[in-house]
Amino acid sequence: MELNGAQIVIQSLKDEGVEYIFGYPGGAVLHLYDAIFQQDDVKHILVRHEQGATHAADGYARATGKPGVVLVTSGPGATNAVTGIATAYMDSIPMVIISGQVPSPVIGSDAFQEVDMVGITRPCVKHNFLVKDVTKLAETIKKAFYVATTGRPGPVVVDVPKDITDPGIKVPYKYPKKVSIRSYNPAVTGHKGQIKKAVDLLLTAQKPIIYSGGGVVLGEASKELTEFAHTLGFPVTNTLMGLGAYPATDKQFVGMLGMHGTYEANMAMHESDVIIAIGARFDDRVTGKLDEFCPHAQIIHIDVDPASISKTVKVAIPIVGEVKPVLEQMLEIIRENKKKPSKKALENWWNQIEQWRSVKCLEYDRESRLIKPQYVIEQLYEVTKGDAYITSDVGQHQMWAAQYYPFDKPRRWINSGGLGTMGFGLPAAIGVKLAFPDSEVACVTGDASIQMCIQELSTALQYKTPIKIINLNNSYMGMVRQWQEFSYESRYSHSYMDTIPEFVKLAEAYGHVGMRIDKPEEVRPALEEAFAMKDRTVFLDILTDRTENVYPMIEAGKGHHDMTLRVASGTSTDRELA
Amino acid sequence: MRHIISILIENESGALSRVAGLFSARGYNIESLTVAPTEDPSLSRMTLVTRGSDDIIEQITKQLNKLIDVVKLIDLADSVHIERELMMVKIKTTEHTREEIRGMAAIFRGKIIDVTPTTYVVEMTGPSSKLDAFIAGIDGGTIIEVVRSGPTGISRGEKGLHL
Repeated sequence: MELNGAQIVIQSLKDEGVEYIFGYPGGAVLHLYDAIFQQDDVKHILVRHEQGATHAADGYARATGKPGVVLVTSGPGATNAVTGIATAYMDSIPMVIISGQVPSPVIGSDAFQEVDMVGITRPCVKHNFLVKDVTKLAETIKKAFYVATTGRPGPVVVDVPKDITDPGIKVPYKYPKKVSIRSYNPAVTGHKGQIKKAVDLLLTAQKPIIYSGGGVVLGEASKELTEFAHTLGFPVTNTLMGLGAYPATDKQFVGMLGMHGTYEANMAMHESDVIIAIGARFDDRVTGKLDEFCPHAQIIHIDVDPASISKTVKVAIPIVGEVKPVLEQMLEIIRENKKKPSKKALENWWNQIEQWRSVKCLEYDRESRLIKPQYVIEQLYEVTKGDAYITSDVGQHQMWAAQYYPFDKPRRWINSGGLGTMGFGLPAAIGVKLAFPDSEVACVTGDASIQMCIQELSTALQYKTPIKIINLNNSYMGMVRQWQEFSYESRYSHSYMDTIPEFVKLAEAYGHVGMRIDKPEEVRPALEEAFAMKDRTVFLDILTDRTENVYPMIEAGKGHHDMTLRVASGTSTDRELA
Repeated sequence: MRHIISILIENESGALSRVAGLFSARGYNIESLTVAPTEDPSLSRMTLVTRGSDDIIEQITKQLNKLIDVVKLIDLADSVHIERELMMVKIKTTEHTREEIRGMAAIFRGKIIDVTPTTYVVEMTGPSSKLDAFIAGIDGGTIIEVVRSGPTGISRGEKGLHL
C-alpha cells in the first residue's frame, strides 16, 4: 500500500487502535486535516484551545488507561499544548502529541509559526521525535506509542514538518506490529532476592503501613493491592494520585496522606516502623519536612522507575518493577511463608489508629447557614451513588473532592496532582465522557480554575458530552487565600476577583443549563435535578462559605505529626472575611 | 567527589542537548563534557565530569539511564581507570624564555607543535591534574590562550563499555 505522509499518520493511528484525536488545525497540519476529512475511523474532537486538547486527551487516558492522542499545529498551537503535556508528564500519563512543524527546508529560519517544539518540550516529555524522513514516519509513530505506554508512562511528542505530509509524495506503508529500542528496556518483574527480603521485613513489622500511589492505578494493580492488604491486615493510605486504587470505604483504609491528608494517615506514617511504598514517589506534598519524615520506619519501595527510588527519601529495600507482577510475586511468597504477621502487634497498632481516627479530623460545621463546600461534595457522592467519574481543577475544591468523595474504584478520580494545573477539570471531563458516555461525569471546580479553560464549554456542546460542573464559588482563589490567611497575616494579595462572570448566563450562552444555588437546603435538590438531565451539560454555580479552609493541613516545612487541625468554631479564624 | 561518567548514546541530533538539558534542569553540576562518534557510527561516546555526593551521583546516573537515547553508561570512578585530557597552550616567548619553556615542555612530555618568532604552541596530554601542574609551572603572564579538551577515560583491563 502506498500512502502520502498525511495518510500515513492517520492510518498509523487507526492501526494503533486510536478512537479519538483531540486537536485544532492550522497551517502546518493542513495536509493532515485533509487526510482526517477523508476518513471516518479515527474521530477528531475539535477543541477551542490547544491546552483543552491536551487535557481532554489526558482525561481520556486517565479514565481508560489507553494513550490520549493530540494533534496541534506548529508555533502557537504547539506552545499552547505545552502546559497540558507537562501536566501529563508530572502524573505519568500515556499520551502521544503530534505537532505540525514548518517545512524541513525552512526549519531554523524563524519561519512563520516556527518554534523549536522538540527543544521546548524536552524537559516535560518522556521522549520526543522530529521526523526527517517520510519512510520512517510509521515506525516513529509506533515507537512513540511504545515509549508512551510502557515502563513509567508519559507523553511523547512527534514533531512532523509540513513537507513530510506532502500529499504528492507517496511511499510504501506498513505499520510495524512491534518495535524495539535497544536503549529502552523497562523492568517488568522485580528482583526475587529483594522481594524475599521485603516480605521478611513486612512479617516482622509491629506498626506497618501501606503507602500506595498513582503507580497502582497506572499499573492496573488495584486488585492485587487490595488482596495484598487484606492478606496482611495492614492499614492502607493513598496519595492524591492513588485515590481509588484501594477502596476508600474499606475498613483498612485510613484516608489520604500528606499536606491535606487525614490525621490518622499522617500519624500512622509518622509512628510506623515499616512502610511499603507502592507506585508512589515521596512527593514533597506527601512527605512534608524531609528530616522529620517517618523517623522510625524502614522503607520498602516498589516502583517501575529506578530514578524514583531514593530520590528524596532513602529506602532500605528498593524493588524495581511493575507494581502488578511484583505484588503477585510478593503474595506468592507470603502465602508460602509459615510466618504470619504478629496478631498481637497488629491489634495494638489498630487500637492506636482507631484513637487517631476518633479525632474525626474531617468534621466540619454542619449547622452553618452558609453552604459548606464539604457538604456539597458529600451530597454529590450520595446523588451519584459514589460511582461517578470526578475530574477536578486545582485548589481547595480539589482537596475537598479528594477528602469527601470516597473512591472505591481506580480511574474514577481524575486530577492534576503533580503539576497542579488550573483549567484541567473541564476539558478532562469531556475526554472522560467521550470514553464512557453512559457513566456520570462531574467536574468539581472553583470560580478561578473554571475560567482558565471555560471556552471548552463550547466543545462540550458540539460533541454532546453531558457533564455536570460543580462550581464551588467562593469568589476567591481559595487555596491562595488560605495560605495568605495562614502565612501572610490575611493580606489577601490578588487572590480575590472583583468581577466574576454570571456563570448561569455564561453556561446558557454556551448552550447549556445554568443553575445558581445559595442555600444549603437547595444543594441536594439541585444536584438531583442536574443529574436527572441526562443529555444536558449543567453548570451548578454553588455559592459557598468564603471563609472555609481545607483541614487538616501540614504547613510547608513541617512534619507529619505537626498538623493544623480545624479550630473549634469550625471555620476560618478570620472573621472579618465573613 | 569528582566522577567521570562515560556514556554510550545514540548518535542522533538532539542527543547531546538531552544530556545537557537534564543537568541544567535538575541543577546538577557539569565540569566538562566531550563527545565524539565511536567505531560504530550509530553510537557516540560521551565523557562527562561532574561533582556531587554519592546520593546525587546515584540520581545523575539513574536520570541519565532514563533518557531514551542513552544506551549504556558507567561511572569510571567505580573502578580502576585511565584518564587523559588534551591541552594546547599558546605562550608568548622571548629569546631568553624559549629554552626554559622547551625544558618545561620536555619535563611534562609535551610537544612544541607551532613556532613563530614570538610564540610557541605546546601540546600535552595526561590526567587533568598534570595539565594543571604545567599551567601552574609557567609564568601566567606569558599565556596567550589555553585550549583543553576536557578529560576522557577508559577502564583498565578486559572490562569495557560496549554493546
